[in-house]
Amino acid sequence: MKDNIVNISRRNFVKGFALSGFVLAVGLPGLSAAADEPQYGRNAMPHGWVDNPLVFVSIAPDGTVTIVAHRSEMGQGVRTSLPMVVADEMEADWSRVKVEQAWGDEERFGNQDTDGSRSVRHFFMPMRNVGAAMRMMLETAAAALWAVPAAEVKAQNHEVIHQPSGRRVGYGELAESAAELPVPDRDNFTYKPASEFRYIGKTGNKNIDGEAIATGTTEYGMDVRLDNMVYAVVAHPPAYGETLKSYDDTETLKVPGVIKTLTLPSSPPPAMFNPLGGVVVVAENTWAAIQGRQKLKIEWNTGPNSDYESEAFREQMKQAANQQGGKVLRSQGDAYKALDNAAATLSADYYIPHLAQAPMEPPVATAHFKGDSCDVWAPTQAPQASRDTVAKWLELKPEQVMIHVTLLGGGFGRKSKPDFLVEAALTSRALDGRPVKLVWTREDDIQHSYYHTVSFEHLEAAFDEHGKSLAWLHRTVAPSIVSTFDASTIHQQAFEFGMGVVNVPFAVPNIQLENPAAEAHTRIGWFRSVSNIPHAFAVQSFIAEMAHQQQRDHKTVLLELIGPDREIDPRTLQDEWNYGESPELYPLNTGRLRRVIEQVTDKANWGKQLPAGQGQGLAAHYSFVTYVAAVVEVAVNADGEVSIPQIDIAVDCGPQVNPERIRSQIEGACIMGVSLAMLGEISFKDGIAVQNNFDGYQVTRMDGAPAKINVHLMPSDDYDQPLGGVGEPGMPPIAPALCNAIFAATQKRIRNLPVRYQLEEA
Amino acid sequence: MKITINEQVHQIDVPDEMPILWALRDVLGMTGTKFGCGKSLCGACTVMMDGQPIRSCVTPVKQAENKNLTTIEAVSRQPAGRAIQAAWLDNNVPQCGYCQSGQIVSATALLNSNSRPTDDDINNAMSGNICRCGTYTRIRDAIKQAAKNLEAGHEG
Ligand code: FES
Ligand code: FES
Repeated sequence: MKDNIVNISRRNFVKGFALSGFVLAVGLPGLSAAADEPQYGRNAMPHGWVDNPLVFVSIAPDGTVTIVAHRSEMGQGVRTSLPMVVADEMEADWSRVKVEQAWGDEERFGNQDTDGSRSVRHFFMPMRNVGAAMRMMLETAAAALWAVPAAEVKAQNHEVIHQPSGRRVGYGELAESAAELPVPDRDNFTYKPASEFRYIGKTGNKNIDGEAIATGTTEYGMDVRLDNMVYAVVAHPPAYGETLKSYDDTETLKVPGVIKTLTLPSSPPPAMFNPLGGVVVVAENTWAAIQGRQKLKIEWNTGPNSDYESEAFREQMKQAANQQGGKVLRSQGDAYKALDNAAATLSADYYIPHLAQAPMEPPVATAHFKGDSCDVWAPTQAPQASRDTVAKWLELKPEQVMIHVTLLGGGFGRKSKPDFLVEAALTSRALDGRPVKLVWTREDDIQHSYYHTVSFEHLEAAFDEHGKSLAWLHRTVAPSIVSTFDASTIHQQAFEFGMGVVNVPFAVPNIQLENPAAEAHTRIGWFRSVSNIPHAFAVQSFIAEMAHQQQRDHKTVLLELIGPDREIDPRTLQDEWNYGESPELYPLNTGRLRRVIEQVTDKANWGKQLPAGQGQGLAAHYSFVTYVAAVVEVAVNADGEVSIPQIDIAVDCGPQVNPERIRSQIEGACIMGVSLAMLGEISFKDGIAVQNNFDGYQVTRMDGAPAKINVHLMPSDDYDQPLGGVGEPGMPPIAPALCNAIFAATQKRIRNLPVRYQLEEA
Repeated sequence: MKITINEQVHQIDVPDEMPILWALRDVLGMTGTKFGCGKSLCGACTVMMDGQPIRSCVTPVKQAENKNLTTIEAVSRQPAGRAIQAAWLDNNVPQCGYCQSGQIVSATALLNSNSRPTDDDINNAMSGNICRCGTYTRIRDAIKQAAKNLEAGHEG
């Protein structure tokens, strides 16, 4: 494959970054391997990766360095962390760095799907390459300027120094001549040793957007304003698969500020990223549009899911989970026989309802259709999928669609699906190209999410007379995310049972893992940490139940199940997915799992004496190639109200690039984990989500938050080691650790989430 | 009608019952105040009316006539606001940041009325403000730090 750069604008490079759309073709060396060789990690992602410094860095004559952030910022700090890697490797002074957000264009920037806890994991090295190449070009330019050997100059904190003479020259002065130089060959890159890092792995890094956020001057998708812009909201079909029959907008049009109504086509399931259809109310402001929508009289055609009802579906799943059979995911020894002949057995069922991501900023997009092109401004986690989907619906080429990625007011997986961008684009086109901001209200968001799936998990264990585990049986029932793209899908897919069903490292002789069928009746989508939520809840609750039945210490039983330190090839666990990572580079390392358990139990003083009504609970889970263990401490009062004095959580995510943001991500995951465990539930009746705002769909607030969260990052300073994910892996252990703590405090076992009022019953 | 926002008088021509939130955001273009729920359930839209925190998504603009509104864009004009903002940065509170305008306005109003809030006071004053990213523990720490700094006579 070609590895050269064509059609780069040098002036563009010097003057500062402009959205000029120059086309760069750069080779993807990782993709040049033989076609039949399996590809992993960043090489396996659509459009792979790009490490061309001229794509990512520009230097102005005053020395201001502009670094492009090509992944979406949604609170995880990626606009700080990845540009900081570039800055560090190129010896730029962070206080003189500006960050510019990339538009949606994966051919230019490499993969931009901001999901799967992948951004830093996949782009740490490409961004180091960018920085190293830039630094070397600046050094070469300085050497030429002074006519000295390149070996005598060294870049240091925004200047290049001629070491023998002490002469210095700033990056701004070198920008133009450096830009004329060829980009050095990847083989010749030299990297800074970790001991010389200024920002990578350091604790003092400030969030690049922190000050703007604190003064209310950032621009989220919701804040975009264009000249001559109108506002719109959509009345969506209430249930998935329903369509518009007829509507009457007489009263709507009387609302002051309402301009007109129009319809959007419904798309039959599978939903994919298509709009749901419905009636759009266009107005001079959002409020008028909302008022106008309330006044619509709409009749809908019922659809295939109009009788979806959560209670009945739960019964259906329960039956499936309690019958032998379904797709066998892994079978080792003979678990059924062992269960029949065991000295003791245990079995339990767990239920986890649908959840909505409910990012604080609801979905929103502003579109400007211009006939043969369209601009869309939106908080999207999937800039390229947004571009492709909008183009498809407008019958344009992707190159004719410009996706301006704004800051995201949270994402959590909801904003990976660009249905709302398509709505805005179609509306602008229907308005003959008038710019429109299409706003989802919180009701729209909660009633038309791509929901976290609903799950029923059945577990059984067999013990010998000494309490040692002989058999492990797990039957997992849940509609698959893939049903959103292929309506015939009724089984979980590799990436779903690879989230904590098959890839459990338990040293038990007989293991049986099964997946009975389940049909989807709503749009199922990614929610932070995805299928790890139900799987970890069931597995880690069940292990605590096993320990209790055998009257043994939970931690001891957990470590015994995990067994001796070893590296397990995930393929031997029938895990072909392994989070998309190489099984050689990322084996399941039971020693790392053990160490986070030991670390967290040590820090939390596991087993400490607590007064009546208080307890500790433990859980550990491996996800997104990161190892996490948590101890939650609860206090349950006489009224059954739960408070959480403290959570300790130990995380081994390999080398840490921005430890401060890792901590904040883990803290946030703890709180979101508490939220879903204590309060989270979306239920359906007549195909419609019963909850529609934060009164019905409750989330954790300040008064329900843990009083203290102690994040313990496992030390790791070898930056040649593979990185783990950060955004999601903090979530899965929280619900089981919390419910295990509740059991310790009250002897009451919670098997159905959310906890909510279950402890109030006498 | 005339409303005063951040000490500046604005003449706006909107229906009396339009919530302050939409008058600010869509009519006046002041987008620092956020929309999160529209039902007084999340606090993203919090502004001060004569110093009191209110949910602007459910407060008709008519009620702001002859009152002084303070939004996120001007909390820094108050010592407590400056102390809160400084503590927010010092603790790296925000994640996505979308709730933080509301959090900062609520926290500033809290310190204006209570210079030494306890944990219970903080729970009471701040539980109307949802942060879906989960920054609560840092918010609590930052409020306490700001209170301490104000008491010691400096703002950050
Ligand atoms: S937007 Fe006003 S309280 Fe949520
Ligand atoms: S920082 Fe994202 S909602 Fe609070």
